[in-house]
Amino acid sequence: MRIIIPAFAAMLLWSACSFNKNDQKRLPIYGNREAVTKTLNGKTVTDTVYQTIPKFEYVNQYGKTITNKSLDGSIYVADFFFTSCPSICPIMHRNMLNVYNEFKNGGNVKILSYSIDPSHDSVAVLKTYADKLGIAGDTWWLLQGKKEETYKLAESYLVAVKEDKGAEGGYVHSGYFVLIDKQKRIRGTYNGTDEKEVSKLITDIKTLQADPEQSIVQ
Amino acid sequence: MRYFVVIALLLTGLCALYACQNEQEIEFKRYFSAGQLVYQTRCQNCHGNEGQGLAALIPPLNDAEFLRNNHSQLVCYLQNGLKGDIIIHNSTYNGHMPASGLSPIETAQVITYVQNSFGNQIGLYDLKQAEADLKKCK
Repeated sequence: MRIIIPAFAAMLLWSACSFNKNDQKRLPIYGNREAVTKTLNGKTVTDTVYQTIPKFEYVNQYGKTITNKSLDGSIYVADFFFTSCPSICPIMHRNMLNVYNEFKNGGNVKILSYSIDPSHDSVAVLKTYADKLGIAGDTWWLLQGKKEETYKLAESYLVAVKEDKGAEGGYVHSGYFVLIDKQKRIRGTYNGTDEKEVSKLITDIKTLQADPEQSIVQ
Repeated sequence: MRYFVVIALLLTGLCALYACQNEQEIEFKRYFSAGQLVYQTRCQNCHGNEGQGLAALIPPLNDAEFLRNNHSQLVCYLQNGLKGDIIIHNSTYNGHMPASGLSPIETAQVITYVQNSFGNQIGLYDLKQAEADLKKCK
């Protein structure tokens, strides 16, 4: 009996240690979901279908066409901005630069910034903005497309965007960064104006990269 | 006895001088701390919490030489916005800063804050000076 109590205490201590934890942390999956029942090889199977980012087609700062297919095999972060934005965009992209610098050297992580003001943000304007921001290569794409489609697409990223003549710069938009996995599902939303939340985004990207489910390229 | 009077007078003089300096210092601190609040709510998103700016898009605020050379114009930049080329630390910036919509006292406060933060040490910029400079805006 005398030996059991210390032994038990030692076991408790051991199990409390975090290095001994073998259950991997997984990120939640956001958005709508539905149960789909189908017949597979004569058996009835019920599966959960998650909300995914629909098809899109844009032009990036190099004038190249970027579609949802361009993101196949990549984890990516999306946000909505405009280059003449006087309010929250500068701080968003100051924080996004931290994400860029962390993942610019490989790792299959991309950043997509959709312009919500395509009439002003031409390819040339986006290129100048990218140069001044100090970004190069194909890690961070600044995208120009049809305004209505961008507004609709924002909804599937669970981000609110709209035009408002009363707002500073003429648009209201939330400064959220949205994390998308290789299956095009939403795995996290982060306030892009908050440096701490953006640090969490960087940690979450690494968690997602380590998720075995992400090693299957779809 | 005469000795005592001289010392008393000297002491009074010193006290008066000290009180006066103290008054100025309090005035400076009043402007500085009010300016810090204005900066955080109205300037920091673009210019950064350490006045570092943003890459080549938004200029940093730590070029004391620029601040000194354009001192009477600073309040005008805040009042009317700023467009066109400016040179900060030997780099050209050509973005567009919108008009701030700040009141004259707020501009004086925030200029006092900026010109005594981020490594700058230029001292107080008070409302009187701001009002005088505003009249001379181009």
